[in-house]
Amino acid sequence: MSNKRIILRNISEVLTIALVIMFLIPLFLVLINASKTNNEIIQTPLAMPTSWSTLITNIQNILSNPNIGYSQALFNSVIITVFSLTGITIFSAMAAWVLLRTRTKLSSAIFTLFVAAMVIPFQVVMFPLVKWFGIFQGFTGIPMLRSYFGIIVAYIGFGSSLSIFMFHGFMKSIPHEIEEAAYVDGCGKFKTFFLIVLPILKPIYVTVLILNGIWIWNDFLLPMLVLGKGTPVQTIPLAVNNFAGAFLVSWDLMMTAILLALIPIVFFFILAQKHIIKGMVEGSVK
Amino acid sequence: MTTITQRQQDEKNANSLLKDQRNQKIIFWIFLAPALFSFSMVQIIPFAIGVYYSFTNWSATAQPSIDFVGLTNYFEAFKDPTFLYATIITSIYTLFNIILVNVIAFSLALLVTSTLKGRNIYRAGFFLPNVIGGIILGYIWKFIFNQFVPSIAGAAGFTYLSENLMLGDSKTALMAMVIVSTWQSAGYIMMIYVAALQNVPKDLLEAAQIDGANAWQRFKNIIIPMVMPAFTVTLFLTLVSSFKQFDVNVSLTNGGPSTMFMGKAIKGTVLLAMNISETSTISLNTAQAQAKAIVFFLVLVTFSLIQVYVTKKREVEL
Repeated sequence: MSNKRIILRNISEVLTIALVIMFLIPLFLVLINASKTNNEIIQTPLAMPTSWSTLITNIQNILSNPNIGYSQALFNSVIITVFSLTGITIFSAMAAWVLLRTRTKLSSAIFTLFVAAMVIPFQVVMFPLVKWFGIFQGFTGIPMLRSYFGIIVAYIGFGSSLSIFMFHGFMKSIPHEIEEAAYVDGCGKFKTFFLIVLPILKPIYVTVLILNGIWIWNDFLLPMLVLGKGTPVQTIPLAVNNFAGAFLVSWDLMMTAILLALIPIVFFFILAQKHIIKGMVEGSVK
Repeated sequence: MTTITQRQQDEKNANSLLKDQRNQKIIFWIFLAPALFSFSMVQIIPFAIGVYYSFTNWSATAQPSIDFVGLTNYFEAFKDPTFLYATIITSIYTLFNIILVNVIAFSLALLVTSTLKGRNIYRAGFFLPNVIGGIILGYIWKFIFNQFVPSIAGAAGFTYLSENLMLGDSKTALMAMVIVSTWQSAGYIMMIYVAALQNVPKDLLEAAQIDGANAWQRFKNIIIPMVMPAFTVTLFLTLVSSFKQFDVNVSLTNGGPSTMFMGKAIKGTVLLAMNISETSTISLNTAQAQAKAIVFFLVLVTFSLIQVYVTKKREVEL
């Protein structure tokens, strides 16, 4: 490589590092300002904290603050995300499989319906959804609003379109003969699906998990409508929003609340960034 | 003797075939049931209710009966200045967003596909804001616009920025929203360009170089045409996501500050999604919110159809 090219490369390396730092400054500001008192923040939001022990005090304040209910919200977010993801992936894979392997007009019509629903914006269904959940709850006695069950069903319903579409696309590449061989060997449909098909789906399974997981974890409008504002079942985005409504002047506590909300997702991103980036980009292109 | 057994055998076969087909049908519905149930609960049934209610006088308050009123809500929606205003500023916001996100994302993609040592770390760094929810990053940026920007602008001598908050005026607040969503989605769009740039054949570029094409010529005549399909994808992705923006709108500006429009004081940064929401939650006119949502839906369907058309046309050309 010529000298000129090496110099050029070093310049772009330094430039890129500077850009990455610029990009991440907002997150850094959250960390340093979560470690200050409100007065310190208002004087100089740029300065480093005088003592990091303020961070501990602020965190304790947030954790004991009934207005944010952080630990309960974290617990709820985890429960809702885990159960919704389990439901979305297994049920969508099952549906995609029979829709692909059954060659009838009805089957392809149902598949088209699932896929077509992807263009429906949430705004069209959100108010009727709440109304319908209320009616359904009244008739059957199954709690749909302000309940884990209701929001998990909602996530499975909204997540199924893209997930079925992605599983369907992937399954087309699995040779039919593998399943036929299993069938000839006396494997029933259930066994064939869970023991033969599901393990082959692993790569797309991870993608579907990540796409839905990030969406559900960060989602705001659906939980706000189905769970309601300030009810016992709140997720992290709801909790932060409630807290902001009450405490927007105390930036120290606000920054700490944001920091605590950031920690799980940023930690997860660092652990699985390769899969996350790949999964999210694949999901978009489809 | 043989004929009887043959017939019995046939009947047996036919029976088991019938039984098999019936089993197939049962399996089909068992496997489909959980997904189809949840899907109907939140998409099919609410969509049907939603379309019907857009022609009624459904209100967010208690009412004795919901009556059919024809197209009234649609006429009212088009006469509503807040809806017109939301459509205008959503278009402005979307236009700025598409340009800014794609220019930045493409430049970043060019940087992180060159031979930099830490390119994987840089990619992850640019991508990170994308996994943070709109609500949370809206509040982070509210802090930046309200505390950080005035403070550094004051120190650097830009008195205009230190005395006027960006979120204090509806025009600059809209630009603030563009900045935040660019920050959020540039890394994501960048990765789509990265994938496209990596598909540009290396030997093609080398051959062009040997033939005497300079960097700009290679960029213009090889890289850009090869990346064109990715442009279609990113253009529509940013178009649709900007058009649907809601979370950042809530946390960063919450629709404010107010401005004058058609002789009326209205909230100055309410995008379409938020306007639909507020028609029900603040004006309590849920039926009109439904009518606006249907219009919103039809616009999005048009975008999708255009995208399918453009993609198909390109596939034919290739």
